[in-house]
Amino acid sequence: MLRLERRESTSKTFQIAISVLTVVLALVVVGILLYFFGVNPIEAYKEMFLWPFGNVYGFSDTLVKSIPITLAALGLIFPFQMRVWNIGAEGQFLMGAFGASLAALYIFPGLENRILMVLLVSMFGIIFGSLWAAIPGLMKAYLRADEIVSTIMLNYVALLWIDYLVYGPWKDPQGYNFPMTKFFPDAAWLPYFGQTQIHAGIIILPLAAFFAYYLTRLSPWGLKIKVIGDNEKTAWYAGINVNRELFVAMLLSGALAGLGGALHMMGAQHRLQHGFSAGYGYTAIIVAWLGKLNPWAVLIVGILFTGLLVGNEQLQIFFGIPISLIFVFQGVVLLGLLAGEILSRYRIKFARKGVGENA
Amino acid sequence: MLDGFISVATAAVRSGTPLLYATLGEILTERSGVLNIGLEGIMLMGAITGFAVVYSTGNLLLAVLMAMVMGAIFGALHAFFSVTLRVNQVVTGLAIAMLGKGLSGFWGKSYIGVVAPRFEKLPIPVLKDIPFLGPVFFNHDILVYITYLLVPFLWFFIYRTSAGLTLRAVGEAPEAADAKGINVFAHRYFYTIIGGALTALGGAYLSLAYASMWIENMTAERGWIAVALVVLSTWDPVKAILFSYLFGGIDTLQFYLQVSGTTVSAHILKMLPYLATVIAVVFTSREKVRKLINAPTALGIPFSREEEVA
Repeated sequence: MLRLERRESTSKTFQIAISVLTVVLALVVVGILLYFFGVNPIEAYKEMFLWPFGNVYGFSDTLVKSIPITLAALGLIFPFQMRVWNIGAEGQFLMGAFGASLAALYIFPGLENRILMVLLVSMFGIIFGSLWAAIPGLMKAYLRADEIVSTIMLNYVALLWIDYLVYGPWKDPQGYNFPMTKFFPDAAWLPYFGQTQIHAGIIILPLAAFFAYYLTRLSPWGLKIKVIGDNEKTAWYAGINVNRELFVAMLLSGALAGLGGALHMMGAQHRLQHGFSAGYGYTAIIVAWLGKLNPWAVLIVGILFTGLLVGNEQLQIFFGIPISLIFVFQGVVLLGLLAGEILSRYRIKFARKGVGENA
Repeated sequence: MLDGFISVATAAVRSGTPLLYATLGEILTERSGVLNIGLEGIMLMGAITGFAVVYSTGNLLLAVLMAMVMGAIFGALHAFFSVTLRVNQVVTGLAIAMLGKGLSGFWGKSYIGVVAPRFEKLPIPVLKDIPFLGPVFFNHDILVYITYLLVPFLWFFIYRTSAGLTLRAVGEAPEAADAKGINVFAHRYFYTIIGGALTALGGAYLSLAYASMWIENMTAERGWIAVALVVLSTWDPVKAILFSYLFGGIDTLQFYLQVSGTTVSAHILKMLPYLATVIAVVFTSREKVRKLINAPTALGIPFSREEEVA
């Protein structure tokens, strides 16, 4: 029988080693699948790593997609630190994209000042993202409703809401009946860097990481949520309003995911479209976890992990491998992280049956 | 008018059956105190396993069995993480969902667009001639009929047998059950595995009877709906059948409404089950309500014989 014994402490190196090992493990599992698919895993991995990090197009694709993923992951740090499981970054990202489209296409379509336009569209993304997080946040804080189920369900509601719009009232009349809106006005397009597809939204990433770093590590509020995460009862005794801080953490989380939605709209998509998110909000959960909720680590992991996803997509194009491999990869990473979390907290002892008693 | 109603009701039973299998499976799992939200992935694995087996052997019975074995394996995986390793069951469930989605899509690549034998309709003599009830309930395939027996069996098992009492004890008061000499770990493993098998059977129903082909992501979020149905039916198999048909009916209805050119968007109608779940979560989260509806007290909480696990 397996038995877990608590560790006194865990070193940072050990934690990093676990994150790295997990990704390697996932790569091995996917490699085995590739082998069965008739593709040489070594060849495939060469392509998978060279494309996102050694090629201009691949690298710019990586950076562009890393923006919404990393922003959402940075936002998740706040609720996750309090052990509030916001699985709703996907929905909050989608609603942010919805808010951005609402602003750019229907509220300020005639606005020609680019700076003002970008600020307003971003604001709308933030507002709608945080509103979408406010629903499960309020329900959790004041009604004790399980946030996991409610956030997952609201993800689907948001997805259907976007589909409703792009298949219905917001469909571009000149769009050959494709489920998408018309393009954003020029003023709502973020400028690119040189000839690449990398857009100005990337500047926000380090700023957001600093914002998360400041809030969690330097501000008094960070201390509060740390106490809540360690022990909710202690927090109440210390006079911390756990409900309020929980709600604030959810709002902040939704705000960053929503901002990611707005930037992705203005920088990459330029229109609302059916199925434009490849599950970025779910990937963000993995990124936040891989980065051990440390903002700077999340920033780096966000870009690296997006690179793996972009590399995976490239495999599909290059070798004709099903795109679903990405989900296998992410699933194995998640399971590996869960097992790793246990390894870092407990020693695993193999023992015979009947070792309930503590020696 | 009546004909229209009968055909919607018949379709509701058909479309509710995969939901019902998954819901019944998860009821058993959750009754033992384990929360498995990865049903979507397990259903998909069941659907592709069943289809792959019937495609290469032509044996429907074997296909169903292998699908259930696959579900059991995924159930065991979930149990290993949530019972033995005691990690966060929600995140484990998410990982299971992703894994199932990915593996089934990968595996199913070569089965897209091919046809295989299916469970044919098996009208029950005499019963099928009862007005209304006949066509709605007794003009289906064998997998639908099995649920008619499974539901009362599970109800009787949970509420009227000593094994059922043990199951509830493990989910309600694991410490007390342990003190009585009941092996909490073994029970949780067992019911999570059985739950996985039933869930996979629900998925197999889609590829072997409902559609009789493989389409990537063919479960279309039914696994998430089933997670919700368990709460809505308050862990009771009899209510599970009612809610499964209700949601199967909504599924069917939106199809009919679309065909009839109604102004209500299909997308908005599809939101209903998710919104219903959010509301249900609010109600079921109240301490009083939880007691009233008999939510398993230790649901989602790992059991450990050592002192407090943070």
